[in-house]
Amino acid sequence: MNEKQPIVYPYIPNSVPAVKEQMLKEIGAERMEDLLEDIPETLRLKGSLNLPKPLLSECALRRHVEGILAKNKTTREYLNFLGAGCWQHHVPAVCDEVNQRGEFLTAYAGEPYDDHGRFQALFEYTSMMGELLNMDVVNVPTYDGFQAAATSLRMASRITGRRQVLACRTISADKLSRIRDYCRPEIEIKLVGYDAGTGQMDLTALRAEISSKTAAVYFENPSYLGFVETHGEEISRMAHEHGAICVVGADPISLGILAPPVEYGADIVCGDIQPLGMHMQFGGGQAGYIATRDEEKYVMEYPSRLFGIAPTVVEGEYGFGDVAYERTSFAVREEGKEWVGTAAALWGITAGVYLALMGPQGMAEIGEGIMTRSRYAMLQIARIEGVKAPVFQASHFKEFVVNFDGTGHTVAEINKALLARGIFGGKDLTGEFPELGDSALYCVTEVHTRDDIDRLVSALQEVVQ
Amino acid sequence: MAQQDITRRRFTDGRPNLRRFHQARWDEPIIFELSREGQRGVLVPEVEDEIKHEVGDVLATLPDGMRRKQPPRLPELSQAQVLRHYVRLSQENLGADLNIEIGQGTCTMKYSPKVNDQLARLPTMQELHPLQDEETVQGILEVLYRFEQMLKVISGLDRFSLQPRAGSAAIYTNVSIMRAYHAAQGEAGQRDEIITTIFSHPSNAACAKTAGFKVITLYPDEEGYPDLEALKAAVSERTAGLLITNPEDTGIFNPKIEDFVRLVHEAGGLCAYDQANANGILGITSAREADFDLCQFNLHKTFSSPHGCGGPAVGATGVTRELARFLPVPVIEFDGHKYHLNYDRPDSIGKVGPFYGVAPVVLRAYAWAMSLGAVGLREVAEIAVLNNNYLLKKMLEIPGVSAPYARGKRRMEQVRYSWEALTSETGVHSEELGLRAADFGVHYWTSHHPYVVPEPCTLEPTESYSKDELDEYVAILAHVADEARTHPAWVKSAPHNSTIHTIDPTPLDDPSQWAMTWRAYLKKAQQWEKSG
Repeated sequence: MNEKQPIVYPYIPNSVPAVKEQMLKEIGAERMEDLLEDIPETLRLKGSLNLPKPLLSECALRRHVEGILAKNKTTREYLNFLGAGCWQHHVPAVCDEVNQRGEFLTAYAGEPYDDHGRFQALFEYTSMMGELLNMDVVNVPTYDGFQAAATSLRMASRITGRRQVLACRTISADKLSRIRDYCRPEIEIKLVGYDAGTGQMDLTALRAEISSKTAAVYFENPSYLGFVETHGEEISRMAHEHGAICVVGADPISLGILAPPVEYGADIVCGDIQPLGMHMQFGGGQAGYIATRDEEKYVMEYPSRLFGIAPTVVEGEYGFGDVAYERTSFAVREEGKEWVGTAAALWGITAGVYLALMGPQGMAEIGEGIMTRSRYAMLQIARIEGVKAPVFQASHFKEFVVNFDGTGHTVAEINKALLARGIFGGKDLTGEFPELGDSALYCVTEVHTRDDIDRLVSALQEVVQ
Repeated sequence: MAQQDITRRRFTDGRPNLRRFHQARWDEPIIFELSREGQRGVLVPEVEDEIKHEVGDVLATLPDGMRRKQPPRLPELSQAQVLRHYVRLSQENLGADLNIEIGQGTCTMKYSPKVNDQLARLPTMQELHPLQDEETVQGILEVLYRFEQMLKVISGLDRFSLQPRAGSAAIYTNVSIMRAYHAAQGEAGQRDEIITTIFSHPSNAACAKTAGFKVITLYPDEEGYPDLEALKAAVSERTAGLLITNPEDTGIFNPKIEDFVRLVHEAGGLCAYDQANANGILGITSAREADFDLCQFNLHKTFSSPHGCGGPAVGATGVTRELARFLPVPVIEFDGHKYHLNYDRPDSIGKVGPFYGVAPVVLRAYAWAMSLGAVGLREVAEIAVLNNNYLLKKMLEIPGVSAPYARGKRRMEQVRYSWEALTSETGVHSEELGLRAADFGVHYWTSHHPYVVPEPCTLEPTESYSKDELDEYVAILAHVADEARTHPAWVKSAPHNSTIHTIDPTPLDDPSQWAMTWRAYLKKAQQWEKSG
């Protein structure tokens, strides 16, 4: 390109010099500089930004970016057993087809008229989540499962007027870090231990800690470490006896076969919808849900947008709008509940598409299929000498802890050796749960075949011997 | 009949006629109403017999109380039905790919280049697990690192975190860093106030309050500039920091911004530059020039990543060298050969979200910035400002609208207009004008609450729309304003050409009627039927 010719940018229609000139003339300005008069000289950047030379053509840009990304090794090339909050599930083609559509992808904050489709799609998402969870209120997604948990706990604190949360120690360290930072001004987070044999929440310890100061008891099902917590009913009963709220984090893809937490007494259920149709995207596919009963004292504590159905002046026509908008920071700034803003709406729409495709039967089959495969993986891995799987004697859903203490190898060494064999081994837990020794969190889903699992097992066998 | 040139009939007095627009109206049922028992949308992979044989019935291993008893009452549809339903719903939106999306001021509804979407969908982006060995994700780490370097140049600040998942999350991160900084100074309890302005985004006030601070909101002086005298009265030894947008949502650049920062610094507070409105200042001025300690950019706004109906997004959070130790973990390092995630940050505020934020959004922003470079980014800012001042000139030719404050001055990238004169003349409110504008295929927004500017509307033309498109938008508003005088009832009953007609909002604020899910609606409707 000729350096002296001004560049006309395809994304900037009025970069055409003649148009620029005409517009300046129309507004009575001689130069562009005249328009920037309010920015004092002292604040002006001297010279131009020291940025890399641009790639003006789409062709060059694509080549450059693809070249960088080609340095990645994907989970299509490598056999992946990582989970720990971001899980490899199959993404149905229609999920991608819908969320790639420019009409959804580039919409934002239109009125319930211009963006009727956005409102309806999100109302349907919350409605289908409501069926999965057996709950009547579900929010328009927040950023991720961490935020959903943190906000659920602050909701519980506001509802009860109390400032202490008892959370099960088997939570992920990262999620706990987020919850602590987010709850810091209002809430003290106390951890309750777990049974070393079964992983289950230590009910004696819970009984000793819980009091009239407790706002909420929080646990996850399946837990971060993959096992099913079977004492939901006792935990929620104990919470309720002390006037506290029972908050449960649940993986939505488990709910075709696992009981929805409301059935064992949960008052607020939260989690991440990434398994429902989102590619992993290096952690970019997360989105958080919060669900409650349809009671005013709960509804009014949501910070998120809640979309409701409403009639129009035409008989039988569906309209939608914001429910109880006055509780939000959009309406009343700092007087609102926490805050609301851009979060992860497109993933909510996508999760709706996923649930509509799967239906009741699909959700039941995928849940059972995952549980069966992960059980198979545990049985096979347990046969390797010196390896324990699962560490906890309990039912597991898709993840489970594998211990390598008996092999004389660290998780880091094992994962390195697996990597050399084209396998991403489970997440190293030694930093998060030192009491578990050299343990890793493995994840098996519907994408894994018997061959995949057998390949992992024989690779592990080789590596530890 | 004699032949005639039909193109001539599309113009009146040499100007194009307004579009005879009608939005898609599919009258689409709620998805549950499309359900037929037994239909399947997608099949899940079968478990191999060998596995089944070895494992047996896993469900039987679940304690009774943990097993789902009733299947979820999800709809049952075939695949193409699901697709058609959602494609129809998609058509019932006015996204930036369809309309002259300049009516959503403060949100920078610019063009999101398609090539960047394609790049974000490559398997080398989509099919990455965030916990993979660093050796296997050098490409995406390189993108994150390179983009951070670009933001450092653009802002003048020293270190960025790309972890916050939108603008408000980044504001909260800034407040968290302020809190950690004051705690490290031994002033944790003492500094409990945060100052913001009414024309800064509501999340500045809301995030500060959520983090436990008392919020002081400054109102502008008579000319709409943030009031330095008001700030002087507000700062004290209790000041933790200032959260301020500049230019503010009025499109007015605060020329005394350095004095604001100095006053807060003198009182021992920190200053965060909310750069949600940075589109008109890229390459012209920066957080560093005004001596800010922290800032945030919304990559889904200024940096072109699509808005996605409200996310996913990224709020890139930048800080000075002094504050870098407080940034969320991990930060990305480069040793000249390898990119590395560094968690060894003892003073960090910790995690503000899972993993490293929304990488595909950063990827799009990186590609966008790389397609423009320094000259292109400056062109973005200049054309955004040019478009806005052109639009201002054209808007003010419409009788009944004004641009309060900073009279006779230029504006940056947006303007908050007022239809107060038109409303007092006709009784038609700004919001009603917007709903009528939708009949011509464009989106229009009023402003955040409270309406400090009466009968507001906030237009931000960005760099993405042509002069002809700006003219079309103004022609629509001029027509609607004219209708407000000649046919006010018609405007007040709009929209007429939209997907749906006027909504009765009563149920939305009534706990006995509101329904946020279909199941809740059916329960309540059954009650109404019973009670007649």
